[in-house]
Amino acid sequence: MNDRLKTLSRGIIDVSPLMIPVVPFGIIYGVIGMELGLSAYMTFGMSIIIFGGASQIVLLQLFSGGASSLVTITSVGAVNSRHLLYGAVFSEYLSHLKLAWKIILSYVLIDQAFAVSNTYFKKNKNNTFKHYHLLGAGFTCWTIWQISTILGIVLGSVVPEELGLSFTISLTFVALLINDFRKFKNIIVMLVSGIVATIGYNTIPFQAYIIVAAIAALLVATLLTLITLKKN
Amino acid sequence: MIFLLKEDILNDKTKKILSYVPSAIFPAIIFPPIFLDSAGAIDIENNPKILASILAIIIGYFSRSIIATIFVGLISYWFLIFVYYQ
Repeated sequence: MNDRLKTLSRGIIDVSPLMIPVVPFGIIYGVIGMELGLSAYMTFGMSIIIFGGASQIVLLQLFSGGASSLVTITSVGAVNSRHLLYGAVFSEYLSHLKLAWKIILSYVLIDQAFAVSNTYFKKNKNNTFKHYHLLGAGFTCWTIWQISTILGIVLGSVVPEELGLSFTISLTFVALLINDFRKFKNIIVMLVSGIVATIGYNTIPFQAYIIVAAIAALLVATLLTLITLKKN
Repeated sequence: MIFLLKEDILNDKTKKILSYVPSAIFPAIIFPPIFLDSAGAIDIENNPKILASILAIIIGYFSRSIIATIFVGLISYWFLIFVYYQ
């Protein structure tokens, strides 16, 4: 087997165990898309264009809730901002590649692919074809994600509403904050945002409660930052 | 983006404040569907979503796994609505 194929299949094998939880997640995404009344093409198209579970669920929620494009784009961007860091880490290994390669690899660089290829790159710095590892891992994730989205779309009309799958939207956002639960100041900011949104849900017009709550919470964050800077 | 953004464009204070953006936006999306009922009134008693979210937060805190957090929350929610509250 030549080196390219060997590295490619290594990537596929390495990422495979991480695909087990991705399947139900993809199904849930497809089901929620259908539950919120989006077309099958739109739900599937989002999986092709965005290719990022959590951010797609965020977009579904905001889009169906009638949020402004500014809030929608900012929120999806905030969810995906960690990929900037992935890109920065991998630039050490992949910056010599042609632009086309970089574009393809950035498209499939998701959490799971990053995790396994980062380990591989560290150990195999001198492999000329190491980028094939990311290609294999990334397209495995991509294929599994598309198939499970389709499954969700097909099952969407079958899955009963009583299952309350839309609760997974809230859970997805909770999960995206897990790294901030350890920081006391972040918890204060979260509580301000959540409480303002809950009270403002019925009182703030034009569904603007999200952005109003976010601005209020950021003001508190600014205050907290200024207080800490003064202390130091 | 990585190549366009130079380190010194944003000062430290701005960067610090921007790091709170997820904490400032996400709870505004999380809280209302959990704490408000379908009529828009605050519902705290016997609310399975609150309990399930707390469990998800505990698991997320210790595991730091996105997928584990989501599934523990969903499974405990199902347990509460289909078994415990029946």
